[in-house]
Amino acid sequence: MAATEIARQAGEGARAVPLAGHVGFDSMPDQLVNKSVNHGFCFNILCVGETGLGKSTLMDTLFNTKFEGEPTQHNQPGVQLKSNTYELQESNVRLKLTVVNTVGFGDQINKEDSYKSIVEFIDTQFEAYLQEELKIKRTLHSYHDTRIHACLYFIAPTGHSLKSLDLVTMKKLDSKVNIVPIIAKSDAISKSELTKFKIKITSELVSNGVQIYQFPTDDETVAEINSTMNGHLPFAVVGSTEEVKIGNKMVKARQYPWGTVQVENENHCDFVKLREMLIRVNMEDLREQTHTRHYELYRRCKLEEMGFKDTDPDCKPFSLQETYEAKRNEFMGELQKKEEEMRQMFVQRVKEKEAELKEAEKELHEKFDRLKKLHQDEKKKLEDKKKSLDDELNGFKQKKTAAELLQSQAQQAGGSTTLKRDKERKN
Amino acid sequence: MTCTLSHPAQQKLLEGYVGFANLPNQVYRKSVKRGFEFTLMVVGESGLGKSTLINSLFLTDLYSPEYPGPSHRIKKTVQVEQCKVLVKEGGVQLLLTIVDTPGFGDAVDNSNCWQPVIDHIDSKFEDYLNSESRVNRRQMPDNRVHCCLYFIAPSGHGLKPLDIEFMKRLHEKVNIVPLIAKADTMTPEECQQFKKQIMREITEHKIKIYEFPETDDEEENKVVKKIKDRLPLAVVGSNTIIVVNEKRVRGRQYPWGVAEVENGEHCDFTILRNMLIRTHMQDLKDVTNNVHYENYRSRKLAAVTYNGVDNNKNKGPMTKPDTSEGMSPLAQMEEERREHVAKMKKMEMEMEQVFEMKVKEKIQKLRDSEQELQRRHEQMKKNLEAQHKELEEKRRQHEEEKNTWESQQRLLEQQKLDASRTLEKNKKKKIF
Repeated sequence: MAATEIARQAGEGARAVPLAGHVGFDSMPDQLVNKSVNHGFCFNILCVGETGLGKSTLMDTLFNTKFEGEPTQHNQPGVQLKSNTYELQESNVRLKLTVVNTVGFGDQINKEDSYKSIVEFIDTQFEAYLQEELKIKRTLHSYHDTRIHACLYFIAPTGHSLKSLDLVTMKKLDSKVNIVPIIAKSDAISKSELTKFKIKITSELVSNGVQIYQFPTDDETVAEINSTMNGHLPFAVVGSTEEVKIGNKMVKARQYPWGTVQVENENHCDFVKLREMLIRVNMEDLREQTHTRHYELYRRCKLEEMGFKDTDPDCKPFSLQETYEAKRNEFMGELQKKEEEMRQMFVQRVKEKEAELKEAEKELHEKFDRLKKLHQDEKKKLEDKKKSLDDELNGFKQKKTAAELLQSQAQQAGGSTTLKRDKERKN
Repeated sequence: MTCTLSHPAQQKLLEGYVGFANLPNQVYRKSVKRGFEFTLMVVGESGLGKSTLINSLFLTDLYSPEYPGPSHRIKKTVQVEQCKVLVKEGGVQLLLTIVDTPGFGDAVDNSNCWQPVIDHIDSKFEDYLNSESRVNRRQMPDNRVHCCLYFIAPSGHGLKPLDIEFMKRLHEKVNIVPLIAKADTMTPEECQQFKKQIMREITEHKIKIYEFPETDDEEENKVVKKIKDRLPLAVVGSNTIIVVNEKRVRGRQYPWGVAEVENGEHCDFTILRNMLIRTHMQDLKDVTNNVHYENYRSRKLAAVTYNGVDNNKNKGPMTKPDTSEGMSPLAQMEEERREHVAKMKKMEMEMEQVFEMKVKEKIQKLRDSEQELQRRHEQMKKNLEAQHKELEEKRRQHEEEKNTWESQQRLLEQQKLDASRTLEKNKKKKIF
């Protein structure tokens, strides 16, 4: 038997000893399996593809049940993700299946941002898990894992090549999720066209550096079947929930005037291969890859972003405590600095405003000083006028008095003259 | 966020074959490929047959002449020693680590002899925590102690103070499985009494020994109940094979007979082996991971964040997380940051308010004084204007008066002139 990981890890530290009888720890895998069966399994699939490619139908066909949802219209303003969770049971195995659909993918005129909501969704699930993992009191073993384990990418059956939207989207997703590209509605392509189409797609993916999910070939029990299937990628599938009578059996099929496409007939399409690979053989591997590869990558990037390192400049490993403490000190320093800045800003404002108001006050005083001066001038003018008038009046008065005096004198004289005249007359 | 999640999950019935019933097989396959690891710690005074029991349990000479067991070495202080072996059975590989504690309880003064044990367990937790917290994580080896077999000397009376002290200090760090060693020195009745006494004392001192989990399976529950009734298990170990009734068995040969290790009527060894290895090994690991390790971790991390709450209060395992304690230190910092932002906003608002108020006051004062000055100015202006008018009036009057007088004067003058002219005329007339 090939060396196990544990054996490799043990390395020189452990010696192999023979057992003299049956100890019984070969039941460990069974113990583990029993526990996980009791706990239940969970699997999350994301279906990405343009509206109308048969995503919901394929899900129904794959899981042999009718999931929710009405067909969506083409007039969505942006790409939305709708997720539904179902509890399924097959024999004694309970599966919590979450199916996430992209609604409105490929319908917009400008599709530059189409991939963004998908990437955001995937990242959000990673983030939720990361947050749970970082909590002080956490309950990881009962956490409902919402991370996407497999992404079925639906390729339109044009028969020619991948659309640029497909390439762009898959490139953005290949480091975040296990991508399983499938050719949808493949009953629209003839067999010869299909082979060419598959080759074209594969070569385009390779030349653009898109990493799709490869079925694992390191476990000898399944290595052979997996590597064969890897050669059939991408799977060309047909989905149908309607049944048609073929011979004396009811099978899932699509009926055309020229014949019937049987979903589970391996000559007609790769549906059975998809089901085998996705569910029966590699479901657990998909989950494991998501956890150990994609999630770890996300986590590493996120932690590095936040400034965490594994070793300090002297290459001594940080202990968790030191890291957190360092972070915390940095953080507190930041907060204090912010507070100081705000205070300073306020002091500045107050100073400025004070200066402003002082200016205003000064202006006001100046204004009124000016007015006062004007007023003084006016007053003075008035005084002068008054004075001149008074002078005039006085002058006039004097004149008058003088004149009157003269008059009275004259009158007296005149009176005496008149008197004299009168006297003369009388004489 | 452009996503809608719908909870809770809806039950759906399958109308045909899907294939995920094969998941358990996939899990089985992967686990075998990965291999298993288990760390077992044995604690007890020397001479209680610990090494022999380990050899009997794992049907191997873990301690052999080449690798002598700790009991053969004289120890002055309590040591903690690890021994790693790789064993394989039925395609399943197990990395078994046996942790021995030679010197435990052997000194005259045994105070704190449990400390090295606690330190060892904690250091394993610490290692795991550090490797779990690295930025670049690889496969993490699980060297944590999954089970601790505590050997009780078969005195027949009860627990010794050391036993109680040790178990009290370790029951929240590791799964403790107490065993009565060298059970072949007691008769079944004595054993029964002893067991009852021990369990009484364990309950009395609120010691939490490893508990077997309840299952939904009726059968399993019956088995579990049987085990529970026989706790603590009384065991016998042996390195020698003896032939009994043409069968080769492990046992201890006495003049009066053979005490068979694997005979259920002689001792509880088989029960121990079944429980420890065949049925509950995985559960021991899970409880270590989900309960003991999580306790350690939350205590360790809580000590890093200072939020005024006594984080070292032992709330015990798996309690519902408090809103502040349920967060990671980073999330707590985020929370604090938010609080700080709110506080600053408030402060800013307050300062702003005060500022505004003061400015308003000042402006108001300015306005008031402006108004006052304006008013006074107006007043003075009015005053002046009034005086002006008065003056004008006076002047006008004066003018009028003057004009009147002047015209009067002129009249008078004229009259005078006329009069003098007439006189002159008369005079002239008279002469002639």
